[in-house]
Amino acid sequence: MSETSKKKAVWDAGIVKLALLHALVKLNPRTMMKNPVMFVVEVGSVMTTLFLIRDIATGASGTGFSIQITLWLWFTALFANFAEAMAEGRGKAQADALRKAKTETTANRLLRDGQMEIVSALELRKADIVVVSAGEFIPGDGEIIEGVASVDESAITGESAPVIREAGGDRSAVTGGTRVLSDKIKVRITSNPGETFIDRMIALVEGAERQKTPNEIALNILLAGLTIIFLLAVVTLQPFAIYSNAGQSIFVLVALLVCLIPTTIGGLLSAIGIAGMDRLIQHNVLAMSGRAVEAAGDINTLLLDKTGTITLGNRRASEFIPLQGVSETELSDAAQLSSLADETPEGRSIVVLAKELCSLRGRELALPAATFIPFTAQTRMSGVDMDGREIRKGAADAIEKYVGSNGAQATNELREIVERIARSGGTPLVVADNRRPLGVIHLKDIVKGGMRERFDQLRAMGIKTVMMTGDNPLTAASIADEAGVDDFLAEATPEDKMALIKREQAGGKLVAMTGDGTNDAPALAQADVGVAMNTGTQAAKEAGNMVDLDSNPTKLIEVVEIGKQLLMTRGALTTFSIANDVAKYFAIIPAMFTVAFPVLRALNVMGLATPQSAVLSAVIFNALIIIALIPLALRGVEYRAMSAAALLRRNLLIYGLGGLVVPFIGIKLIDMLITAIGLA
Amino acid sequence: MTLDGWLQILFFLALIFAVTKPLGLYMAHVFNRERTFLDPILRPLERLIYRLTGVAETREMRWTEYAVAMLLFSLVSMLALYLLQRFQNFLPFNPQKLAGVAPDLAFNTAASFTTNTDWQSYVPEVTMSYLTQMAGLAYHNFVSAAAGIALAIAFIRGIARREIDAIGNFWVDMVRGVLWVLLPFCLVISLLLVSQGVVQNLKAADTARLVEPQKIEHVAEDGSRSLTISTEQTIAQGPVASQEAIKMWGTNGGGFFNANSAHPFENPTPLANLIQMFAIFAIPAGLTYTLGRITGAQRHGWAVWAAMAALFLFGATAAYRAESRGNPLLAGTDQRASAAQPGGNMEGKEARFGIAGSALFATVTTDASCGAVNSMHDSFTPLGGLVPLANIMLGEVVFGGVGSGLYGILIFVILSVFIAGLMVGRTPEYLGKKIEAYDVKMAMLSVLIFPLVILIFTALSSVSPRFGTSSIANPGPHGLSEMLYAFTSGAGNNGSAFAGISANTNWYNTTIGFSMLIGRFFVIIPVLAIAGNLGRKRSVPPSLGTFPVTTPLFSMLLVSVIVIVGALTFFPVLSLAPVVEHLLMVAGKSFS
Repeated sequence: MSETSKKKAVWDAGIVKLALLHALVKLNPRTMMKNPVMFVVEVGSVMTTLFLIRDIATGASGTGFSIQITLWLWFTALFANFAEAMAEGRGKAQADALRKAKTETTANRLLRDGQMEIVSALELRKADIVVVSAGEFIPGDGEIIEGVASVDESAITGESAPVIREAGGDRSAVTGGTRVLSDKIKVRITSNPGETFIDRMIALVEGAERQKTPNEIALNILLAGLTIIFLLAVVTLQPFAIYSNAGQSIFVLVALLVCLIPTTIGGLLSAIGIAGMDRLIQHNVLAMSGRAVEAAGDINTLLLDKTGTITLGNRRASEFIPLQGVSETELSDAAQLSSLADETPEGRSIVVLAKELCSLRGRELALPAATFIPFTAQTRMSGVDMDGREIRKGAADAIEKYVGSNGAQATNELREIVERIARSGGTPLVVADNRRPLGVIHLKDIVKGGMRERFDQLRAMGIKTVMMTGDNPLTAASIADEAGVDDFLAEATPEDKMALIKREQAGGKLVAMTGDGTNDAPALAQADVGVAMNTGTQAAKEAGNMVDLDSNPTKLIEVVEIGKQLLMTRGALTTFSIANDVAKYFAIIPAMFTVAFPVLRALNVMGLATPQSAVLSAVIFNALIIIALIPLALRGVEYRAMSAAALLRRNLLIYGLGGLVVPFIGIKLIDMLITAIGLA
Repeated sequence: MTLDGWLQILFFLALIFAVTKPLGLYMAHVFNRERTFLDPILRPLERLIYRLTGVAETREMRWTEYAVAMLLFSLVSMLALYLLQRFQNFLPFNPQKLAGVAPDLAFNTAASFTTNTDWQSYVPEVTMSYLTQMAGLAYHNFVSAAAGIALAIAFIRGIARREIDAIGNFWVDMVRGVLWVLLPFCLVISLLLVSQGVVQNLKAADTARLVEPQKIEHVAEDGSRSLTISTEQTIAQGPVASQEAIKMWGTNGGGFFNANSAHPFENPTPLANLIQMFAIFAIPAGLTYTLGRITGAQRHGWAVWAAMAALFLFGATAAYRAESRGNPLLAGTDQRASAAQPGGNMEGKEARFGIAGSALFATVTTDASCGAVNSMHDSFTPLGGLVPLANIMLGEVVFGGVGSGLYGILIFVILSVFIAGLMVGRTPEYLGKKIEAYDVKMAMLSVLIFPLVILIFTALSSVSPRFGTSSIANPGPHGLSEMLYAFTSGAGNNGSAFAGISANTNWYNTTIGFSMLIGRFFVIIPVLAIAGNLGRKRSVPPSLGTFPVTTPLFSMLLVSVIVIVGALTFFPVLSLAPVVEHLLMVAGKSFS
C-alpha cells in the first residue's frame, strides 16, 4: 500500500471500468431490494419497459419520448449502482494490495519435544509456537514469547521504517504477513487461518462484512417513508387527473414518481458509508465496524494520553540548577556522568544539555573502573560509581532518602527548587555526589506544536479534551494549561481511566480514547470509540473498535473528524435531495396538465419548451445529479471545525438553499440542450 | 386590505403571545401535580373522583398501558355517544321531539366527537336533542380535548425524562385536564359570551311572525314551479353559551347551530368573535411554554412558538389578501373597501365580521384543529379557500388542536432534527435524546397516515360518480376542492366544512367517519410510542456541538420542513383544485 495508492483520484480508470460492470450486476432485484428507494426506480423502469414494448408492438405514436424516458429511468438505477460500485471498487483495490502480503508462507513450528517441523502457514492453529528468523515472514498473528526483533510492517502500515517488537510489555504483538529483518523470535500464534488481522482487514476494505450502521438504518426508514408518501401522491394523481379529464400516460406518472422519491440520497447512501470507512483506511485506521465510525462523530469527550499525543513524548533536560556553593559546571559534570549509561531519551537529553552548556564532551562509556547503576523501581535512582565517587540522580524524595543526614542543611533550598520546577510542569531530578546533593536537573515536557489550536477547534465543536498522565497533579496542571486541554487526570492508573470513562458515560456522553497496553484493554472496551495502537498488545487490539496502523495517538482527533464528515455528508445530501423536489414539481406538474388546463402554464416558471421536454429534462437531471454528486459522496463534504449552530447555518445555505435553486437552473439548461438537438 | 384589518390580525397575535407564558406555566404546574390557586376547590373533588374510580394517583404507566387506557376510554365513550343518539327519542330534554339518529350518521357523529373533530353531517338544531347536545356532544368536547392535552403532556414527559419507562397516568392527566384546564376557563368564557348576547336556555324553539312575509319559489324535478309564502320564522335556541365555550377552548368546533359561529346566537359581536378566536389558540400556544418549562429548554418552547406564529401570519395574510381582492369575474362591481362596505369577496361572510374578521377566523380555526366557522369557506376565493385547506394539510400544527397541535409539531421537530441534524456532524439528537431508527419509523408512520387517508378516499370519491361526485355542488376544480376538503378536514380532525358537498350520505358518513378515527388514533399511537422510547433513553448533555433547537434558524428550518413535506405531498392534487381554479378565475372562466 504505497502513498500513491492511498490517495486515489475519484475517477480512477481501472475502478471506473470495474464499477460499470458491477453497476449492471447489481440490477439483480434481490440486490436492489435492500435499497427501497432504488428498488422503486427499478420496478418503475420495468413497468415502463413493458408498456414501451406494448406500444411498439401496437405501433402507437410518440414512442420516441417513451423510449427516452424508459432509458433514463434505467440510467437512474444504474447510476446509483455505479456510485456504490465505485465506492466498493476503491476498497477492492486496497484489498488486492493486502492480498499480496498474504503470500503463501511456511512456518517453523516448534513441537513439544523441542523439535521443529516445517509446515504451511495455513496449518497453524491458535497456541502453536513458531520460530521466525531474520528474513522470514511471520506466518500468522501472534505474540512474541521470546526474543526481540526488528520487523518490517510496511505490508499493512505502508510505513517503510522497521519497528522493534519484543517479548513481554506492550510491544509484543506481531502480525502475519510482516517480515522479520533481524534477530530471531519465538511467537505464539493467536489466530486461526482466515481469522487473521490481514484477513479481517481485507474483508473490511472490500465491504464484505459491511452492515448498515444504526444511523444509516434510520435514514433508510425516513427515505422509505418519503418514498411511500410520493408513491401515494403519484398513484392518487391519476384519479384526480381522470376527474379533471386529463388522464396521464404511465411514462409520465413513473417519471414523476422517480423524480420525486429521494433517489439522490437513496442512490448515494451506501457509497457515502463505504467511502467513510475508506477515508479512515487512507488514514491507516481500521474500524472494526461502521457503527464505530458513526460513534466517532458523536464523541463528547476525548481522553488523550499526554505522552506522544500532547507532548513530544520525551521530557528533555532544559536547565541545571545548582545549590548554593555548587558551580553550574560541577553540577553539569555530575549530571552528565550519571547519565552516560542512561539510554532513555531523558538521559540522553541530559548529556546533550551538559555538552551545550559547559562544553563537556561526551565521555567514553568504557571509563575505567566505572560501574553503572541502572534505574530500579526500588531505588528509583540511577547513576555511576567511579574513582571512589558515587554519583546518583533521581526523584527528589528518593535522593533525599539516599543522602540522609548529609543533605539536611540543603533540604529547604532543594525542596524550594524542586517544588518550583514541579509547579511549572517540569520534572525535577536531583543529582548527588557522594551523598551530597549538588542541584537539580529541570526536565521539561515539550508540547507539540499546533495542539492548542486543535483543542480550541475541538472546543468550538463542543468536544471536551481530557489529558491523562501519570504525572503528579501539579505537573499535569501546568502541561494541561500550556496545551490548552479542558481537563486532566493526573497520576492516572488504568482503573482511574476506567472510572473517568464510566463517569462521563453516566452523564450521557460518548468517550473516545487511545491505548496500547494490556492494562488499557478494559478502558478501550468501555470507551465508545477505542483506538488501539498497532504496536500495542493483542489484548488492546481485541478490546478497541479501531486499530491505528501508524500507532499515532494524535490520530484520534482525525478519527473524530472523519466520523463527523461522514454524518455531515449524509445530512447534506439528504437535505439536497429533498429540496430538489420543489423544482421537479414545477417542471412536471404544468407539463402534465397544460393540455387540459392551458392556464397552468403559469406554473411553468422555468419556461420549459414543451411538456415532453419538461418531463424529460427533469428525469435527465434527476439521473445526472447522482453522477455529479459521486465525487462529493466519496470525498465527503468539506469539514470545518465550528460550532453546531455555525455548521448548520453554513450547510443549510449550501445544501438546503442550493438544493432548491440548482435544479431550476439544471433542468432549464437540459431543456434548452435537448430542444436544441431535437430530442424532444 | 385596510389598516383596521391588519391591526385586528396583529392585536390578536399579541393577545396570544401574552397568554402563552401564564397559561403554559399554569399547565406545567397542573400536570406536574404542583400547587395552583384552584387547588382548594378542585383538589377535594379530584380526590373524590379517584376514590370512586379506584385510580391510584401516583402510579405511572408505560406508554403501552397509557395508549390502551386512552383507546379503551375513547371506545367506550364513542359507543355511549352512538347509543345516546340512536335512542334520543326515548330520553328526556327533547322538547322538539326529534327522532333517533340514523345509524350511519350516528356512527359518523360518534367518531367525529370522540376524535375532537366535530365534523357535522347534520343540521344540529333539527337533529340532536338537548340531552344529546349536552350529555353526549359537550361531554365529548371536554374529554376529547382533555385526552389531546394529556397526550401532549405525556409526549413532553417522554422528552424530559431520563431512563424512566413511564410517561404519566392517563386517568390522572385526564381528570386534571378537565378539572383544572378546561372547566374553570369555560365557565368564564361562557359568561363572557353571554354578556355579548349568546343564548343559554333549555326552551323549545320560538316562533316569530315575520314583518314582511317571504315568498319562496320551488322548482320541482319536472320543471314545474310552485310558490310558498312564509309568514313565520322558527328561532332555534338552547344551552348555547356553555357549548360554545368548550367548542372553542377545546378546539372542538361543533356548533350548536348549523351556521356555527356565523349564527348570531353563537357569535353575536366582533368582541365575541375575538374571544372565540382567542379561546381556540390559548391552550395550544400555552403548551409550547409548558414544553419549554417541563423539558427545561424554555427557549426551545419559544422557538416552536415562533415557527407557529410565522406560519399563522403567513396564512392569515394570504387569506386576508385573497378575500380583500374580491372576485375578478365581478369586474364592474365596486369591491373596494370604504366606509360604507367592507369590500372584497363578501359572499358567505357576516357583515359584522367583515373581510379581516372572517379571513382571520378561517385561518385560526384551521391552523388549530377547531373547525368552527364564522363564514363559509366554500364561498372564499380559490386562494382564500386554499389557506384553510393548506393549513389542515400541514397537519394542523400552527398552534394546532389542544395537545394535538403540540405533539403534531413535535413530530415535525423530530423529522427536522433528523434530516438537518446530520449536517452538524453528529447523529441526530433532540434535547439530549438521540433520534434513532425506532423514533424515525414511528414519526414517519404518523406523518404517513394523514396523506394516506386523505388522498385515497378523495381519489376514490373523485372517480366514483355514484358515491363521490354525486354529492358535490360544483363541477370542475371546485368540486375536487370540496371532496378534498371534506376528507382533509376529517383526517385532520378539524371538522370545518367547505360546504357545497352533501356529506350526509352513506359513503361520506362512513368514509369520513373512518378518516377521523384513523387520523386521530393511528397518529396518536406512534406519538405515544416515541414518547415512551424517548423517556427510556439516556440524555446527552448539551454542548456547542449540539444541534441548536433554540435559534431563529431552527424556527426557519422547522417552518421549511413543515411546508415542504406538506407541499410535496399535496401539490399535485392542489394544482388540480384551488390552484387551477384560481388561474381559471383570473382568466375569466367559471364553472356552474
